[in-house]
Amino acid sequence: MIRIEHLVKSFGPLEVLKDISTEVGSGEVVAIIGPSGSGKSTLLRCINLLEVPTAGHIFVDKIDITSPKCDILKVRQNVGMVFQHFNLFPHKTVMGNLTYAPMKVKGLSKADASKIALDLLDKVGLSEKADQYPSRLSGGQKQRVAIARALAMEPAVMLFDEPTSALDPEMVKEVLEVMKALVKTGITMCIVTHEMGFAREVADRVLFLDGGYLVEDAPPDIFFSSPKSDRAQQFLEKVL
Amino acid sequence: MNLDFGQIIPSLPFILNGILVTLRFTVLSALFGFTLGTLLSLLKISNIKPLRWFAEFYTSIFRGTPLILQLALVYFATPQLIGYKITPIEAGVFTFSLNSAAYSSETIRAGIMAVDKGQREASMSLGVAYRPMMLDIILPQAFKNILPALVNETIALLKDSALVSTIGVLDLMRRAQVVAGQTFLYFEPLLVVGVIYYIMVMGLTQAAQVLERRMRRSD
Repeated sequence: MIRIEHLVKSFGPLEVLKDISTEVGSGEVVAIIGPSGSGKSTLLRCINLLEVPTAGHIFVDKIDITSPKCDILKVRQNVGMVFQHFNLFPHKTVMGNLTYAPMKVKGLSKADASKIALDLLDKVGLSEKADQYPSRLSGGQKQRVAIARALAMEPAVMLFDEPTSALDPEMVKEVLEVMKALVKTGITMCIVTHEMGFAREVADRVLFLDGGYLVEDAPPDIFFSSPKSDRAQQFLEKVL
Repeated sequence: MNLDFGQIIPSLPFILNGILVTLRFTVLSALFGFTLGTLLSLLKISNIKPLRWFAEFYTSIFRGTPLILQLALVYFATPQLIGYKITPIEAGVFTFSLNSAAYSSETIRAGIMAVDKGQREASMSLGVAYRPMMLDIILPQAFKNILPALVNETIALLKDSALVSTIGVLDLMRRAQVVAGQTFLYFEPLLVVGVIYYIMVMGLTQAAQVLERRMRRSD
């Protein structure tokens, strides 16, 4: 589903990602972990071109999104993203947030878009909030709406950029539950997270980044029980 | 002190008709000015340097010279330059729109920059193109934030519109001068239009407050 070849990303003189190559299969759930500043978020943001790679190639569904000929708007329709700070549209209701892109981008009728939206709101347990503005929701509710908003475009891949890092502790669980339910649907997911327990439980693979290098790429039981690199061992000692 | 409002009463309808002239002038200039100002502000935040330079140069010209000079230039120079006999009201609306665009473009630019960049990223990640993103997501939030500043700009336009009396538009100000010339009374007609300007500005302020409350619904 996603293939990354020799990806390099620099911000001016600072090289944030150094020659990263990996693959994410269809339906696979990949957790991206590592210390802060290791390039996790940047890697994720390269996959829908919120950051433009400096060198290398990224293929999403066999399309080279780094090629200048690629229609990036088309690719982004197929790659949903959930942000740390939700980024809901504050001037639209919950319903408005969910129906805007399907109507504007995919040209769905209001009735069709509303039907998808109501269905998704039901799945994230927020049907009764459809007509509220985001400012009236709690952090956990906002993030569930944000997940539903991304899913409303019916993407093949979902990217999560630290989806629980801005939440109060008691709200983390409700968001993780929604994500767990999503894993069962078989959608491809890339999750940047600090929730090690969650990563261990749901991920098929763990990517460990440090200093812009992809240091380890292993199934969670192997990574968490016997990491190969010293850097990963030190990291796990601190967080577990 | 002897004020004689009695003598100007017959001229009152003539003066009051000036309200429409002034209002129509202000509304047109504000509409054109804000539209052009929005376009200029988009140039100012564009990645293409020549577009940015153009917008900044444009702004510096209109901020760096007196409005009354710009007005005189447009009104008197247009016939000489392109042979088109421009009417005073056309010259006025044209100049005021261009001038207001220069000022409001700075305000609107600041308003756009103040919208959280996550809004842009969320729109992009949903596959929304630049135009609908700006029109539906960014600008509505920007305008909400800068509404008070735009109301100030409109109030300035309304009051500065008195300048068009210098090129012969029969606005409120000009009508007061005409009445003064006919009756040889200066204080009374000027005081009357002064009160009218004040009431119009207060009305505008009130309307803006109602609008602002409506827009704060989502907070």
